[in-house]
Amino acid sequence: MNRLAVELPGLSLDNPIIPASGTFGFGYEFAQFYDINILGSIMTKGTTIEARFGNPTPRIAETSSGMLNAVGLQNPGAIQVKDVEFKKLSKVFNKKIIANISGSTLEDYLKTVEIFNHSKIVGALEINVSCPNVKNGGMAFGVNANNIELVTKEVKKIAKKPVYIKLSPNVTNIVEMAKAAEKGGADAITMINTLLGMRLNLKTKKPILANKMGGFSGPAILPVAIRMIYQVYQAVNIPIIGMGGVMTAYDCIEMMYAGASAVAVGSANLVDPYACKKIIEDLPKVMDELKIKNLKDIIGGAHE
Amino acid sequence: MKLSIISNKKIAYKTYQMELKGKFNLNPGQFINIKINNSNELFLRRPISVCDVNGERLTIIYKVFGKGTELLSKKTTGQQLDCLLNLGNGFEIVNRQNIVLIGGGVGVPPLYYLAKKLKEEGRKVTVVLGFNSKEEIFLAEEFKQYGDVHISTVDGSYGTSGTVLNILENLTFDYYYTCGPELMLKALATKYPKDGQLSFEERMGCGFGACMGCSCKTLTGYKRICVEGPVMKVEEIIHE
Repeated sequence: MNRLAVELPGLSLDNPIIPASGTFGFGYEFAQFYDINILGSIMTKGTTIEARFGNPTPRIAETSSGMLNAVGLQNPGAIQVKDVEFKKLSKVFNKKIIANISGSTLEDYLKTVEIFNHSKIVGALEINVSCPNVKNGGMAFGVNANNIELVTKEVKKIAKKPVYIKLSPNVTNIVEMAKAAEKGGADAITMINTLLGMRLNLKTKKPILANKMGGFSGPAILPVAIRMIYQVYQAVNIPIIGMGGVMTAYDCIEMMYAGASAVAVGSANLVDPYACKKIIEDLPKVMDELKIKNLKDIIGGAHE
Repeated sequence: MKLSIISNKKIAYKTYQMELKGKFNLNPGQFINIKINNSNELFLRRPISVCDVNGERLTIIYKVFGKGTELLSKKTTGQQLDCLLNLGNGFEIVNRQNIVLIGGGVGVPPLYYLAKKLKEEGRKVTVVLGFNSKEEIFLAEEFKQYGDVHISTVDGSYGTSGTVLNILENLTFDYYYTCGPELMLKALATKYPKDGQLSFEERMGCGFGACMGCSCKTLTGYKRICVEGPVMKVEEIIHE
């Protein structure tokens, strides 16, 4: 029996490690580094109904133990993603993916869901109600419980795949947002998205990012993610896919103890393209060290 | 990939040259992406262009701008450096005879390896280098084995006073390759909108095409500086 196996709604994973959306492109870029079939699944780049160039550059800024990004959802649009990007990915990846969807209106989300309903490689949908980079809309959905419930409910009505709702940490009460997603019928929650941040250029006195603000990610945010997952695990009955600052197999296990059923790895992929591979390879060793028999038995271990 | 440091020395004002040992198959204009140390604190890698490849020896030249490059400048012979290699498209060698290479500041290094390749192919190469001041000049002597070298300094402390454009006015050439500050590249693309290749710089997340942090618009579509660049043909540049 596979000690690393975990279950998510609609997906049986060989291991809990999933590259997080926006840090892994459409996956095939990483096939030059290793066989990506070792991954649990892949969360693909945020997709909108229309093609988007995204924000002007600079889109990236560094900070101690982390980074800011304001890419602004650059993607070729839902149809192109389904017909070109997913096809390319399916040539090098034979598992199901979790397709990330963004939008600035409810209709945008629904149109993209319709398109992805017809893609065989898509095992589940990850609805990003929280991307802090798009000025009109994205933020508004993710910080308001009523809106989260509404989007979830409408998406669930038409989705032919399990629906995971991706939560923003930029709220006063994360539990309220998670409950709203559950009430709307979400099959799972993915959390946390990036924290809104800013860095200034000391010579120009202006923000480094052209978009001024950007999403803060990297190992610096791990404790925020652990705390929020811990809180949400106590309040909802649907599974959580944890993410936020995971760099190592130890971080993965910590996040599972907090309540995550699977773990997404984000910024680590950008610094080390082999990050997910290393974590997957390290997991059995770390499990032995911590006397863990099967990973699926440790989910929410902090709450026992 | 871990590479061993052969040497690391200061060659001009805040400017360092490092040699790394390994087996390399890189084109001029490609870059490597360096993890400064194992700590998470300096989180991202530092993309640095390849200055020269000589057998099992790769040379980079970098300027100390912040904490990362400061730490890099303190590395010593024998230490290991975690690098991603063979990144970016590199310069395409075209079938022209009278070529000028135009470098500005830390944009100079990638033109060195290119000059070597062009010379091997029997092209006539002229080198035009722009710096802020005399104390920042590097590689000027080394370039002489590949062609005539002209130098400008902004403060007039050496060579032609002004920028590379002041030198180019008096030169004839049928193709150019350039790397340097964005303002210089824009000025060149405006003045010489045909028959050239420009190597761009941008803040990068990953350096290998995953994060879309360094995208730009061109006449031939959206491009990532790290994969479809850093080298662009002047004919595809959008003039704003």
